[in-house]
Amino acid sequence: MGTIKLNVSMTKRLNDSTGVLLPLESMQSNLFSDALDDAYRVHIEEFEGPLDLLLHLIKKNEVDIYNIPIAAITRQYLEYMELLKELNLDVAGEFLVMAATLLQIKSRMLLPLTPDEEEAEVEDPRAELVRRLLEYQRYRDASYLLSSRNLLGREVFARKFDSPEFADLARKEEPADVELFELIEAFRRVLARVSVETFHNVGADGISIADRIAEVLSLLHGGKTISFEALFADGLTRDLLVVTFLSILELCKLKLIRITQAESLGAIWLTSTSEADDTEEELVVE
Amino acid sequence: MSSKSLKSVVESLLFVHDQPLSLDRLALILEEHERSDIRQALDELVQEYGASERGIVLAQVAGGYQLRSRPENADYIRRLTRSKGVKFSQSALETLAIIAYRQPVTRAEVEYLRGVDSGGVLKSLLEKKLLRILGKKDVPGKPLIYGTSREFLELFSLKDLASLPTLKEIQELAPPDPFADQPELPLEPVEP
Repeated sequence: MGTIKLNVSMTKRLNDSTGVLLPLESMQSNLFSDALDDAYRVHIEEFEGPLDLLLHLIKKNEVDIYNIPIAAITRQYLEYMELLKELNLDVAGEFLVMAATLLQIKSRMLLPLTPDEEEAEVEDPRAELVRRLLEYQRYRDASYLLSSRNLLGREVFARKFDSPEFADLARKEEPADVELFELIEAFRRVLARVSVETFHNVGADGISIADRIAEVLSLLHGGKTISFEALFADGLTRDLLVVTFLSILELCKLKLIRITQAESLGAIWLTSTSEADDTEEELVVE
Repeated sequence: MSSKSLKSVVESLLFVHDQPLSLDRLALILEEHERSDIRQALDELVQEYGASERGIVLAQVAGGYQLRSRPENADYIRRLTRSKGVKFSQSALETLAIIAYRQPVTRAEVEYLRGVDSGGVLKSLLEKKLLRILGKKDVPGKPLIYGTSREFLELFSLKDLASLPTLKEIQELAPPDPFADQPELPLEPVEP
């Protein structure tokens, strides 16, 4: 699959329409009631490739899709790639192809037109990309419409319908509504606070992900909730920030913590999913 | 047989059969009846189920008629079946949407539109019988061409492919384009 995969499990706890973050206690008391089904549960598995990322950047920057500021978008796109690389995530080939395409468009826009080309009225170098983006957006919207239909085995049932046949088409949890980008965005803000000084590392004073995981878990011990930012206190080195972020992702993957957010772009909170403290022994870090 | 009893026969047939029954099939079974009478009985049944507050509706799906539970009651049925219902990953949905609207379509076309490798998704959708292979395209490499299946229509409660939401409806759902007055790019029209 040509997608970047991250196992991040996020649960949005929404007080119905008000969007107020529910106190954790009330969530836990609801654990076995039907009310939990109404809680907004989000599972982030992957984002759907370079077109998805570009659409996200265009939306985030509130720019006109027909007139993409190619330099700015390319820069941001490359920053994301850099960040993903720094996190040691596999960047799929498609993302590299798109990066090359963006750079090519950018350079073609910088070059002056030859007199021949001016007469021939060459197409805007961005046109092909815009067509692809619009087309992709169209089918993405179509996919939302499809999934909002009354599905057999979900909203409507017929006699003797075999729904298990379709069961494993889905991810283990419900599809994502909160984007992985939000988590990365938060990490970017953290990184931006740190100066880009380079250190000459003498000796290994670094901390391993396994150690950091243990630290994070002990901070969350006893069902405490801490904010994402709090884990990235000032004065940490860039290395340690990255290790901390990777620990958070790993903890999510192991389903030891839950990442919650009351609203889009709101503060991100971490909570431990386990009530017993026997989790540390079970930890296996790859 | 009166029209009333024909309706009752049709209803029984629909109740017993576990797949959508087409008008053709019904006409074959009820050979002593006029096709138009059967159609009228079906229309009346659709209306009657729709108008009353019954827990069953007569849905037109995949070119046939099928008795299905009322969508509003889904939560209660899930309690009974303990199933969490069908869920799709975004990549599966995107791929299905592209194939539904663009069929017949090759894997390369799907991947161009999505911008990512789609071999795995296609395979799993084929295994779930939501897609079928329509044949091979007569171009170098003879790639397979894909389309959606009857099961796809059944699953998404679609009468036929023509009743897919049109892409125009999708555009209406999108926020209004503040730059609508600028010249359009030459987009290729897409026929569903």
